[in-house]
Amino acid sequence: MSQPFRRPSGGRIDRSRPLAVTFNGKRLEGFAGDTVASMLIASGQHLAGRSFKYHRPRGILSHGSDEPSALLSVDWRADRGPGYRDPNNRASVVEARDGLVVNTQNHWPSLETDIGAVNDLLSPVFVAGFYYKTFMWPRKFWDRVYEPVIRKAAGLGEAPDVKDADRYSNRHAHCDVLVVGAGPAGLAAALAASADGTKRVILADEGSEPGGALLNDTTATIDGRPAKEWVAGAVATLDARENVVILPRTTAFGYYNHNHVCMVERISDHRADAPEGLARERLWQVRAGEVVLATGSHERPLVFENNDRPGIMLAESVRAYLNRWAVLPGNELVVVTSSASAYRTALDAKAAGMRVSIVDIRLEADCGPEFAAAKDAGITVRSGHTVIRALGKKRVTGLVVSPIGRDGTIGEKTTLACDCVAMSGGWTPSVHLFSQSRGKLRFDVELDAFVPGTSAQAERSAGACRGVYDLTEVIADGAKAGGGELAPEATASFTGFQPVRVLPTDADASKVKAFVDFQNDVTAKDIRLAVREGFESIEHVKRYTTTGMATDQGKTSNMNALGLVAGILDRPLPAVGTTTFRPPYTPVSFGALIGPARDELFDPVRKTPIDPWAEANGAVFEPVALWRRAKYFPRVGEDMHAAVARETRAVRTHVGIFDASTLGKIEVIGPDAAEFMNRIYTNAWTKLKTGGCRYGLMLREDGFVYDDGVVARLAEDRFHVTTTTGGAPRVMRHMEDYLQTEWPDLDVFLTSITEQWAVIALQGPNARKVLDPFVTDIDLTEAAFPHMTVKTGYVCGVPCRLFRVSFTGELGFEVNVPADYGEAVWKTLYEEGQKHGITPYGTEAMHVLRAEVGYVVVGQETDGTVTPDDLGLSGLVSKVKPDFVGKRSLTRPDMIAAGRRQLVGLLTKTPDEVLDEGAQVVDDPAQPIPMKMIGHVTSSYASSNCGRSIAMAMIDAGRERIGETVFVTTPAGFTEAVISNAVFYDVKGETADA
Amino acid sequence: MLLIDCPYCGKRPEVEFHCGGEAHIARPETPTAVGDADWGSFLYYRTNPKGVQAERWLHGHGCGRWFNALRDTVSDAFVATYEMGKPRPDRDAATASTPSNA
Ligand SMILES: [Zn+2]
Repeated sequence: MSQPFRRPSGGRIDRSRPLAVTFNGKRLEGFAGDTVASMLIASGQHLAGRSFKYHRPRGILSHGSDEPSALLSVDWRADRGPGYRDPNNRASVVEARDGLVVNTQNHWPSLETDIGAVNDLLSPVFVAGFYYKTFMWPRKFWDRVYEPVIRKAAGLGEAPDVKDADRYSNRHAHCDVLVVGAGPAGLAAALAASADGTKRVILADEGSEPGGALLNDTTATIDGRPAKEWVAGAVATLDARENVVILPRTTAFGYYNHNHVCMVERISDHRADAPEGLARERLWQVRAGEVVLATGSHERPLVFENNDRPGIMLAESVRAYLNRWAVLPGNELVVVTSSASAYRTALDAKAAGMRVSIVDIRLEADCGPEFAAAKDAGITVRSGHTVIRALGKKRVTGLVVSPIGRDGTIGEKTTLACDCVAMSGGWTPSVHLFSQSRGKLRFDVELDAFVPGTSAQAERSAGACRGVYDLTEVIADGAKAGGGELAPEATASFTGFQPVRVLPTDADASKVKAFVDFQNDVTAKDIRLAVREGFESIEHVKRYTTTGMATDQGKTSNMNALGLVAGILDRPLPAVGTTTFRPPYTPVSFGALIGPARDELFDPVRKTPIDPWAEANGAVFEPVALWRRAKYFPRVGEDMHAAVARETRAVRTHVGIFDASTLGKIEVIGPDAAEFMNRIYTNAWTKLKTGGCRYGLMLREDGFVYDDGVVARLAEDRFHVTTTTGGAPRVMRHMEDYLQTEWPDLDVFLTSITEQWAVIALQGPNARKVLDPFVTDIDLTEAAFPHMTVKTGYVCGVPCRLFRVSFTGELGFEVNVPADYGEAVWKTLYEEGQKHGITPYGTEAMHVLRAEVGYVVVGQETDGTVTPDDLGLSGLVSKVKPDFVGKRSLTRPDMIAAGRRQLVGLLTKTPDEVLDEGAQVVDDPAQPIPMKMIGHVTSSYASSNCGRSIAMAMIDAGRERIGETVFVTTPAGFTEAVISNAVFYDVKGETADA
Repeated sequence: MLLIDCPYCGKRPEVEFHCGGEAHIARPETPTAVGDADWGSFLYYRTNPKGVQAERWLHGHGCGRWFNALRDTVSDAFVATYEMGKPRPDRDAATASTPSNA
């Protein structure tokens, strides 16, 4: 496509740098500085997409980030393979460059011929609340019809089907003043704030270059110079200041607490020469002392029949395309307006050689100096006129207009032929970020707009975003917000507008499609219907009709929708409410939000020192908290069941080796260590001798079990505490909490040593034989080193804390060596163990083994509502200690009430049936629903050593009911089980408790 | 994200901290001497004010220390932070700064 609508000169484009993008498979030409939208207009193409619900042809409405219609799928790096495409890019902000591949959306088979456009004829079906009314019944239609068919027919672009191949980065920044928006107000604010050099200033703007609306302007002057020279001067001054950072292409999209502003900077999308590996976008998290919002305003479309036809644009956007991008949006322009500012568009279009006429809803008497300016330029102005409808389908071909009588009657209709319409219904300050900051909005009747009222944070708004529109005032307002003063002399702006919600018409309002929200295809008719059906609050109307809920967040539509509802209800506009603006201001890619936190960096995986050995030896892993642990070690041909059966048998007949390094470990040190332990655990610690171990139980203050683990006393003033794998951080926090806030008088230090020690468990009758050759300074005999004791010495020449403990019921040792030696010691023991039938086992076998002997796992048998007595562990609760955390709660009435759920065993009637963990237990499966649940299964396994399945359960008054039959839910119905003791296996030979 | 002024480290982002609920609720000296109702109140009942409340915070991913803070539950503004064991500051003496947009 050539560029028949490119003006011969002018514009902020570089004609020496031609470029081309691929648009729907065709070559589209332009210049550096173009957007895809300006290139389309240069080529004469306005049809740029099909709409969301009705598949109506849509063109380009705007020139900025508020564009609702011209949404494109863009493949940013088609030459680099898949993974660089994303949908719903606004053509008006996609900077053109060589290599872009863009496609229109929402049509099949083609943009020109779209079968889905039949939806436009079916539109009575797609009325407001359609989703709520239609998707109710029948249920089975949901999966088969609604979801696949309607999702395909109605919806925005296609989501990418492969992983995003791009890189994203992030940065935290701090500044004294953050200025959002680099239009005249923002530039003035940044100049003022940075003037004395003491403040760090960040100036961010979503556009490709600073200047804001002044970039669209070729006639205004500031202090006698063209506006663009003032902009260039301001930017040069700011650039030269060391304390200023200017960030173009950076959208502040979220304003959070304590002046935390999140911004996304587009780094490489606009660069044809971007090196591979350069991040695509960067997330900025800025902490600002003060924030100046200079975010400008959005133009309102006018609501009339077929106001969505391609070629119908916002008036300021027509001016922007004419002046900034030097393209003619057509040859024959009708400006339809209730706002003075659109006259500037008419004047510029006339000067650019377009045939121009103006239809003004206002009466001549209500117009300002703009009226005479248009007349002087020879432009026909039809004041006091309305637009009945637009003609044309894929491009506007004319407007039917008529005078409005004194009594509102529609006069004689005239058709104005045209190929472009510039419409303006006035202006809406962009208060999104202000609202996000939780500032209170105030309705200004004069401005017919919500403007910033009381700030909630250290923030000031300046310029058009608070309803200041005259250029001189805008600059002064910006400077003031930046803490300075400027009083420039600038060309007077045409300001002021007459609010009009829907243009007067004599057409049947119930048959007319006059769009309020272009992106979500919401018409004035839909909003009228919603109000008629009883939705009166704008928040309800919004959800019912989906107006303002598309990706453009109603930037162009909100005020028209609000005004329409207020008008129908005959209430003042603020009484209808305003919508709350939420982040993000414009859509943000997931990539930018997560940055590098993806794939292996998404969630850090903690690995033990022995992990490489486990991996080399074919372990199947499972995540436990942030750790990855070996679950079992299958041999060729084994499934999990077979592997676990073999591993558990080996522990009871020979010896197993297990990586217990993930156990939480805390060292409690200090003169008051024993006293601290007394207060934090239920057990008594004073009498535990140095070298002794004890199983400790820890409660919360509410009396419920919090954690457990073996504790060793290494010295009078030193305890080596172990915790559950997942519980380590919270136990540490729990201990620190009491130490710092309740007992600061205790002289105790807590140190996390989880990662300092690798722990190798040797469990089984041959455990001592495996260990013996490598221990020279510790007597391993039963007499010298009984169960539940600890000794320090050397294993394989490595310093060691050797525990004689067991979590299997068998003879057991836990070898603690410094983490760096963990793998070497493991390999040495494993090698030696070959003589004794050593078998590595994983967490699954560990769970089975401990359940066989009735040991509980905190977090599996317990759920935060379980007392020591519920677990049958009241023997671990000291009766003599005057106090410990949780003690008082254990005597609260409900804690000692009869009938509490208690830990018991469950044996299925069919020995090989393995219950589901979490399955519910009932007494009588024939009782009516809802049944009375009397408990649930907490642990359940196939036990090779027991020759049958075993399960643990919490059952109401379970210990009194041993031997009784109960019924347990399974996916296939109820199954029978008998309540038993929770110990299933008798350890033979030298046991842990020998 | 809130910016919290740890009395030991200075201002740090919220993700480094853990909130421990209402502050200045002393654990009774002799819990066994406390009646069931009072113990229940100690465990479970909190004032949950709309406005400034004193609460406990742990700088867990920082210095590891607990401290107290006055936070406005409506605006999330931190009025003051202070060391554990210090009395609750006079809220009027330390009001959060909320500038106006006038
Ligand atoms: Zn700190």
